[in-house]
Amino acid sequence: MDLIKDGKRIDGRAPDELRPIKIEAGPLYRADGSCYLEWGGNKIMAAVYGPKEAVPRHIQDSTKAVINARYNMASFSVEDRKRPGPDRRSQEISKITAEALENVILTEMFPRAVIDVNIEVLDADAGTRCAGITAAAVALADAGIPMRDIPVACAAGKVDGVVVVDLLGDEDKKGDADLPVAIAPRSEEILLLQMDGHMTVKEFDEALELALKGCREISKLQKEALLKKYKTFEEE
Amino acid sequence: MERKIVIPGTLLGKTDTSKQGRGTFREGDNIYSSRLGLVEERSGYINVIPLSGVYDPAVGDAVIGVIDEASKMNWMVDIKAPYPAMLRVEEVPWRVEFGETSKFLNRGDVIVATVAFINEAKNIELSMRDKHCRKVDEGIIVEIQPSKVPRVIGKNGSMVSLLRQHTGCWIFVGQNGRVWIRGEDDKMALLVKAIKKIEKEAHTTGLTDKISKFLESESD
Amino acid sequence: MGISSVKRDYLYRLAKEGKRPDGRAFNEYRPIKIERGVIRMAEGSAKVSIGNTTVLAGIKMDIGEPYPDTPEEGAMSTAVELIPLASPDFESGPPRADAIELSRVVDRGIRESKFIQLDKLCIEPGEKVWIVFIDIHVLDYDGNLFDACSLAASAALMNAKVPNERFEMGEDVPMPLSDPPVSCTFVKYNGAIVVDPSLDEDEAAEARHTIAIDKNGDIRAMQKGLSGSFTVEEIKNNINNARIISKDIRKILEG
Repeated sequence: MDLIKDGKRIDGRAPDELRPIKIEAGPLYRADGSCYLEWGGNKIMAAVYGPKEAVPRHIQDSTKAVINARYNMASFSVEDRKRPGPDRRSQEISKITAEALENVILTEMFPRAVIDVNIEVLDADAGTRCAGITAAAVALADAGIPMRDIPVACAAGKVDGVVVVDLLGDEDKKGDADLPVAIAPRSEEILLLQMDGHMTVKEFDEALELALKGCREISKLQKEALLKKYKTFEEE
Repeated sequence: MERKIVIPGTLLGKTDTSKQGRGTFREGDNIYSSRLGLVEERSGYINVIPLSGVYDPAVGDAVIGVIDEASKMNWMVDIKAPYPAMLRVEEVPWRVEFGETSKFLNRGDVIVATVAFINEAKNIELSMRDKHCRKVDEGIIVEIQPSKVPRVIGKNGSMVSLLRQHTGCWIFVGQNGRVWIRGEDDKMALLVKAIKKIEKEAHTTGLTDKISKFLESESD
Repeated sequence: MGISSVKRDYLYRLAKEGKRPDGRAFNEYRPIKIERGVIRMAEGSAKVSIGNTTVLAGIKMDIGEPYPDTPEEGAMSTAVELIPLASPDFESGPPRADAIELSRVVDRGIRESKFIQLDKLCIEPGEKVWIVFIDIHVLDYDGNLFDACSLAASAALMNAKVPNERFEMGEDVPMPLSDPPVSCTFVKYNGAIVVDPSLDEDEAAEARHTIAIDKNGDIRAMQKGLSGSFTVEEIKNNINNARIISKDIRKILEG
């Protein structure tokens, strides 16, 4: 199968075009903060609880809050049913997600506390870790967690020798490289960066720039989603 | 007064013209919002009033707590903060012998107390010596987001007065987002609806009028 | 997680007057919303809300060996996940007894009503059959997971197709189904028995009774939970109420 034909990708997108994204802030009743996000075929629910007392005590940090992130894929979110429970891939993604978010959260304000971040992938179509961080960031702001910026993530990669942004399922499976990136959008500091595949340095630079451009666009959508939750009441 | 909604990272002002208030952080000469909230300037300070978030206890706050545990010489109390609060036997209006704490307050009991002490490690201590402090024995507790408490009280108590007038209920607003109300059952049900409406529309203008209209229409 | 004494006292007081905190009658259900076909990757799916309780069920299918005692029947398996995002009291980790009980009760309702026509899911007798995985994710917990999970599972099955295409066995066909069970849960506190418990009522509950009723008003499965007790008369009243209430729920389920 040709992944790129006449400059267009299998879903008709140009190399620098993102899939459609919809973000909703605060859809859940119980969670302190939440976000529902659709990104291409991905459907993600993120929920935040806290800050609250960290138990058991041995996980406490006396100087700042501990960020506990849990990324999980639902059994029915993938083509071949996934057995419930964390696998090694989910555990790795949970760790790097926590590390990315921790960078911008003002954790010193809540010593000995924990902030639980839950990311549930309900429907998967590649780029779930980027969608997860993007959703978690909105959930954190919705929960009133003090942060110095709202993190955003986007992946880029290489398919059929062409550098493209936001790979979908088949592009991820059959492509040459995948590069998920998360940034703090004000300063564009890199909070998460992974790469697997094969790229020249020049291709990497192009891919990184495409990912950053994608992040800038998505950052606007995050802000809109947060403001929209409160705007509807103003207009009534 | 229209207030703008800001998000974490929104640039609010500069340190040469303004002072850094609540819900903000500083980077170099710039003052930014750290919260999702409403920005306001007051006496030269830029503050962000959060639209959500946990209760951040301050000494002097009147709070409504739920007893978690009765130990030999104290009780551990849930005050909806990220940390449990301690109430020692020396700080209650009764004479409690060693090991007899559960005779006075048990797990699940509800009290009105004052935040007496907080240190840097966020250890919190309560006291029940103030006049308004007591065990809650009747009525109901409504839970709201702590960030919405100022709206339920209103400017100079205007909102809570309005609520009292229309429902005839007795109302005590804890700073930690718990409201204790007493009155006739159907009046309390109306009051709960009104409080929930205030919570939902806390960031809008003309709220006192809206609630007044709501209470009148629901009383028919 | 405990309930505060003030909340409990209020529940008890209202119950004496035949009232509930949210204004419902003892036999009144909260509004039910069902959205079908919400997960692309699943063979069938449904999102169900009862009041603020929201659960999502996904159906996945795979080919495997039949159980030795039913060589010409497909197999089914049900799992409910109490994921941490649904409540501050849900922790991550292997399923605790609550989740296991929920899974098995929902499973029993579907299995005993023969809702899935397992005999139509045989590919090669004794060798290959379809296995139906029913996975239910609780998204928002505000009381009554038994009924919400059962309803979501039924609605998801009604939305499901057998993925013949993916397994290169011809065209997709709808899941072979008969009539769904409808689950009705009651809880008892301080002598009062109410249907469709809200969160506070779940937390005050001393005993719980779940009944799965079929299209003809017959009983297919039942579960009594928690350490309190019911009298025989209370059990029979619950069954009668369940038979009436389930009719309305069935109308919503069958769209």
